[in-house]
Amino acid sequence: MAASSPAGYLLVLALVVPVIGLLGMSVTALIGLRRVEFVAFPVLVAGLAVAGAIATTVAETGEALTYVVGGWAPPLGLALRADGVSAVMLAMAALVVALVALNARALFCADDATPDGRRAFAFWSLLMGLWSALNLVLVGEDLFNLFVALELLTFAAVPLVCLDGRAATLEAALRYLVFALIGSALYLLGTALLYGRYGTLDIGTLRELTQPDLATHAAVALMIGGLMAKAALFPLHIWLPPAHAGAPAPASAVLSALVVKAPFFLIVRLWFDVLPGPPSLPAAQVLAGLGAAAILICSVVALRQERLKLMIAYSTVAQIGYLFLMFRLTAEPGVPAWQTIGWTGGMLQLVSHAFAKAAMFLAAGMIAEALGHDRIAELAGAGRAAPVSVFAFGLAGLSLMGLPPSGGFVAKLLLLNAATLAGAWWIAAVISVGGLLAAAYVTRVLKRAMATPPAPLATRPVALSRELTALTLALVAVALGLVPLQPFELLAIGRP
Amino acid sequence: MSGPTLYGLAAALLVGLGLYGVLAQASPLRRVLAFNLMGAGVFLMFGVAARRGAAAGLPGDPVPQALVITGIVVAFAATALAVMLMRRLAQTRAEEAAAAASSAPAEHG
Amino acid sequence: MKLALDAVLVATLLVLALFSLAARQARASAIGFMGFGLVLALVWVRLGAVDVALTEAAVGALTGLLLLGATSLATPAAQPSRPLRLALAGLCALVAGGLAFLVLEAPDPAPSLAAAAVEPLAALDLGNPVTAVLLAYRALDTLLETVVVVLALIGIWSLAPDADWRGAPMVPGADAPSPPLRLLARLLPPVGLVVAVHILWIGADAPGGKFQAATLIAAMGLLVLMAGLAPAPKLGNTRLRALVVGGPALFLALGLLGFLVPGSFLAWPEGLAKPVIVLIEVALTTSLAVLLALIVLGPGARRPRA
Repeated sequence: MAASSPAGYLLVLALVVPVIGLLGMSVTALIGLRRVEFVAFPVLVAGLAVAGAIATTVAETGEALTYVVGGWAPPLGLALRADGVSAVMLAMAALVVALVALNARALFCADDATPDGRRAFAFWSLLMGLWSALNLVLVGEDLFNLFVALELLTFAAVPLVCLDGRAATLEAALRYLVFALIGSALYLLGTALLYGRYGTLDIGTLRELTQPDLATHAAVALMIGGLMAKAALFPLHIWLPPAHAGAPAPASAVLSALVVKAPFFLIVRLWFDVLPGPPSLPAAQVLAGLGAAAILICSVVALRQERLKLMIAYSTVAQIGYLFLMFRLTAEPGVPAWQTIGWTGGMLQLVSHAFAKAAMFLAAGMIAEALGHDRIAELAGAGRAAPVSVFAFGLAGLSLMGLPPSGGFVAKLLLLNAATLAGAWWIAAVISVGGLLAAAYVTRVLKRAMATPPAPLATRPVALSRELTALTLALVAVALGLVPLQPFELLAIGRP
Repeated sequence: MSGPTLYGLAAALLVGLGLYGVLAQASPLRRVLAFNLMGAGVFLMFGVAARRGAAAGLPGDPVPQALVITGIVVAFAATALAVMLMRRLAQTRAEEAAAAASSAPAEHG
Repeated sequence: MKLALDAVLVATLLVLALFSLAARQARASAIGFMGFGLVLALVWVRLGAVDVALTEAAVGALTGLLLLGATSLATPAAQPSRPLRLALAGLCALVAGGLAFLVLEAPDPAPSLAAAAVEPLAALDLGNPVTAVLLAYRALDTLLETVVVVLALIGIWSLAPDADWRGAPMVPGADAPSPPLRLLARLLPPVGLVVAVHILWIGADAPGGKFQAATLIAAMGLLVLMAGLAPAPKLGNTRLRALVVGGPALFLALGLLGFLVPGSFLAWPEGLAKPVIVLIEVALTTSLAVLLALIVLGPGARRPRA
């Protein structure tokens, strides 16, 4: 059994640091602070440092970090592990959370004892819980421990949706919760079957044990089905648009950029690390087919939206579709999945979408603050009222469309190449059409935003520093397009 | 047929019943109730695995039993969050309807 | 004979489940569900899981209370169309049938961690293997699960109207408590508290422990509040908040201390495992009791003017 790495304690810190923040926020008065955000920022700095340390350690040593909690080795105890992919995503999550937090600061800075303190207290506490849960999803090695992580994520994400307390957002939150709970229940059901069959839930141990029999396939199918509902894979996506559009913009950014990626990441773990033998091609075709449907249908729906945030939310569903193409595109006979370009393309799509989508939601939030609304038809004048945000929106759009220079361009090019190599022409066609549709819905917004308003607009000034957080996220998405080959190695570290 | 098998079959039925309730019921309260039935079925699956794994002088494998205890508490928290959301939704709808009713005549007049 | 008992339990369980799903009245549904919880607790006893049975009985009652309190919210809504319902029923039958098949086909002998879980018990000085799983082998699960409960409470608090979010929650029935309830609320809590302390105390060696004790204490607290014997606390109160996070914070702090002695997160020093675990259980019981009661009470609310 794998022993702890010397730097394995970093994995514990990644989970624990946000939890310390979360607990501290409930008792700010006890530690002599009047605002919750004063707790948030030291925690953010520490969490960023931990994520950075994990990423550099994994990249430098070329090996996965592991930690055996309490010295109780699996299968009895729990292990944590960060391979190359996890390390990249931990860093991604930390960066997105930190930049979103900088943007959110002005919105959630009320004194804890005031009525407005409710939103501040809830936002920062939930953000901390959400971050800890994400980190656990990325480093957990035990399927039940990961269930706890998923629940933590749900309980943090759902109340973020209805912070404004309107009936419409409460309804969206309730629907989100119902979908998430069905997903959790199915996931847990599969976990129970796996325990009954193998007597362990440790992924590293299961990898050695699993047999291609009915019980195993049924268990994993139930788990993946549940996770699909949580990841909003078409046609289980209907909860996502109202929830992501109803949340305050910084919360939307985190939900769309990070939260939906967590269940996807677990599907990847189950598919490649728990399922025995080479993955079944028909099952991969089904997942890729649903992904393709998401890309085509939800891009068209995004094009027809009247509200900016709803359009961005539908675009999230479409972009998640690309991730599921990966299961078909990594199936090369005789080649381990992580050495295929489909693997790199899929992972790069995940990371670049996270940055681009966070940038887009923050930019949309700034535009809505400047204009007082987010109706796409009446966006004229936004280019003058919030020029940096509109620019950031456009840059982030490059990634969604798959135009250079951007991470999305490299990701979609790799996926396209993988599709042609695999002879999956229909996937290649979908990727190309999806890019055109994304171009249509992004330029539709930009065209309106750059137009001159018919009458002089009364706009509210927005802080440049907050606009710059959106721009920074968009620039990261662009920069990902400039380092295409290096991540290739990093993303294969620690794979068996 | 042994006891654990019987309970395993009951668990399977509960999962099916609960899943149908969550998916096909209209009222959110019934959905939450059905979710709890489904959860009970899932926990029983763990319980059956635990009972079958009885060894070393124990009446059951303690690991899945502990998982169920954790799961029950998490399911309670989920139920509470759902119920409170429904309660708040009902209040807010009533408030918004009252506000709309009181502002509507003013707009027309 | 024993199989006959099992068959009767299973039949009752399924009938109650069906009843609570199909009952016309939401109230009948919720009451049916509470009965279901009680029978389920008996099933857990039959499965040799007394710890789970206690948890199910205690937490199931709180869940029933929540559902009962929400019955007025059961608004009639449009059912899905008939073909869709049939398709869903088919899908669920398929799931249930598949599961039943897997139950019948389960491996024999079943894999188990029982032997592995018993072996370190002597070194930990614990008699109850379930407690060892919850607070030693898989302590991270338990730590994070208390964080889940804290987060659920924060989520519930976030639903309050702005002006009331630090105020006291509304207690159902506290304005006009019935005399029998008042009597019950005076008599029962001392007994409940003694039982809870007993359950907590024996939890290290026999079935019982923090969740079961905490739920019982929470129920006693709710009873006192609902009988109008004490006012509900203000949610912004610093001492209340400290009670809420105290248990998880102590658990986490001791876990981090494990980095120093004996050198691993959530590992307990040799020879001191039992006192540390008992300390954590006591602290967690206090916090969980407050947490569970506050979760049932809900967000801060304005007092309705009489």
